[in-house]
Amino acid sequence: MIDWSVHLPALQVIVPMLSAPLALLLRPRGLAWAAAVAASLFSFAIAIMLTIGVLAGRNFNYQMGNWPAPYGIELGVDAFSALVLLVITGASSLALLAGRRSLDSDIEEERQPLFYAAWLLALAGLVGIPVAADAFNIFVFMEISSLASYVLIAGGRDRRALPAVFKYLMMGTIGATFYLIGIGLIYLMTGTLNLADMELRIHEVADQKPILVAAGFITIGLALKAAVFPLHVWLPNAYTYAPNVVTVFLAACATKVSLYLLLRFDFFVFQPNLVGHDVQFSYFLMPLAVLAILIASCVALFEKNLKRLFAYSSVAQIGYILLGASLVSVAGLTASVVHIFNHALAKGALFLAIACLATRVSGLRLENISGAAQRMPWTMGAFALAGFSLVGIPGTTGFISKWYLISAAFAEGSIGVALIVAIVISSLIALAYVWRVLEAAYFGDINVNTAPAGEAPAGILTVTWIAALANLYFGLAPSLPVTLASSAAESLLRHVP
Amino acid sequence: MELLGLYHYWVFAILLMIGFYAVIAKSNLIKKLIGLSIFQSAVFLLYITMGKVDGGTAPIIQAGVENAVFSNPLPQVLILTAIVVGISTTALGLGIVVRIKEEYGSIEESDIQEIDRR
Repeated sequence: MIDWSVHLPALQVIVPMLSAPLALLLRPRGLAWAAAVAASLFSFAIAIMLTIGVLAGRNFNYQMGNWPAPYGIELGVDAFSALVLLVITGASSLALLAGRRSLDSDIEEERQPLFYAAWLLALAGLVGIPVAADAFNIFVFMEISSLASYVLIAGGRDRRALPAVFKYLMMGTIGATFYLIGIGLIYLMTGTLNLADMELRIHEVADQKPILVAAGFITIGLALKAAVFPLHVWLPNAYTYAPNVVTVFLAACATKVSLYLLLRFDFFVFQPNLVGHDVQFSYFLMPLAVLAILIASCVALFEKNLKRLFAYSSVAQIGYILLGASLVSVAGLTASVVHIFNHALAKGALFLAIACLATRVSGLRLENISGAAQRMPWTMGAFALAGFSLVGIPGTTGFISKWYLISAAFAEGSIGVALIVAIVISSLIALAYVWRVLEAAYFGDINVNTAPAGEAPAGILTVTWIAALANLYFGLAPSLPVTLASSAAESLLRHVP
Repeated sequence: MELLGLYHYWVFAILLMIGFYAVIAKSNLIKKLIGLSIFQSAVFLLYITMGKVDGGTAPIIQAGVENAVFSNPLPQVLILTAIVVGISTTALGLGIVVRIKEEYGSIEESDIQEIDRR
């Protein structure tokens, strides 16, 4: 019998990619949605199998068409990519399962097959990045996912999404092109595009200027894609005006994938070979991370539109992920990778709860949800749970991330204390902005004109509660993300003795 | 003289900056897209020139010809893919501009911001 599990890395990409044209052909009502859900759940199952394999110590390396690397194209899955794959496929499945009704109202029926095809292409592109082991393939997957997500964001009825998407397209393309210039320069110097091969060959030319320029282009390009402060300006409007379910999907994983790539490239290719690069990485990104955490949290505090409020909070959370990485220690990277997982859970659940609210409340502004908890107790309950997880209340996933981050910062001495102060201040600000929403919903007076008529539909509510309870589960039993993250951190820093 | 000998890199850098300038400075969305296309084309040139070998021919094996000098075909293949990506991006961008024109009646960034503020 053939061991089919060796093909899992390839299947991870192929399943959503081939399902995309299939969804396009399924014209009758609801079938395209069903196909998208099935493909998404199937890729989630593949991601789970890959994770189980990785946890059992297996190393997935796949040579496309049996051509040996570095000449052939290689796919590979390790602990870091398995964790990111779980996040992407999980977010996509939950968002799709929850999204039937919500998307029916956002997208005209005849355009729905096109929309689900774009969704599956976005999924294929996003899972392709962690699976690919070739710098140019990563570029192609990045552009597949970006182009498809522009379509998803602009797919709704809100016309303000169009200028937002245009801005995202401009900045996203510049980011991807910078990355392309970077890998072009590396190819010029080393003659290889395979990441593992690059790591070995770049050593001989590491002191030459083109490599340094390439490192700059790749870092800035990926930082643009990942919405690292101050390159985040495309993010708030794109997330705010996208259809609610699309926001759930993209907020949970789109920027995380770029962050994954930034970390992987920097720690695998540049840091082992470029002298002093780790210090530059740290000095360049740490101030940006701290500014992101503080400034974006403050902006969120004064924002009245619910979706934009949590979009700015996402910018701050990206700051946390970068802050952990900029410590360049195993503890810091563990915190950073754990937060990729935990923030996706918290933000996914929050935006799902917002999608629930949107089924009953028009115009997701703070004043419109006044008293909503009396009419929609289950929705607001899930919202509160996810909000507490975002803040980092003990017992939720957010606490796990912050605990790891603070203990990693603590090991850094005096600068670490300053970082801990920043983390604590921003957590308090997060508590304040989550509290503003909860206060309006629980203690505000019901406005007869705008108040919701009743609870959200049961389907979307069930999925929201699954996501919210996952925050609690992984807050109390965090061994899965922590095991994957610490093994990812060790492999990222394996060049350090 | 060495600077002139690397003229293809100068072409790359100048085109890149022209495109980048248009993306940043122009308010008209179509002009921005033109800038983006120039910006991407500059990178295509960077890739294609790096594969060129002086006096090199096409990489085809011929009977009776040994030790032939040929250009590196890989960057050209890569850039073929990147050109497709570039075309898709431009097409999607133009599609969005058409929708913006339908919804807002303008393709000037300043006008659109003005309309949204109302």
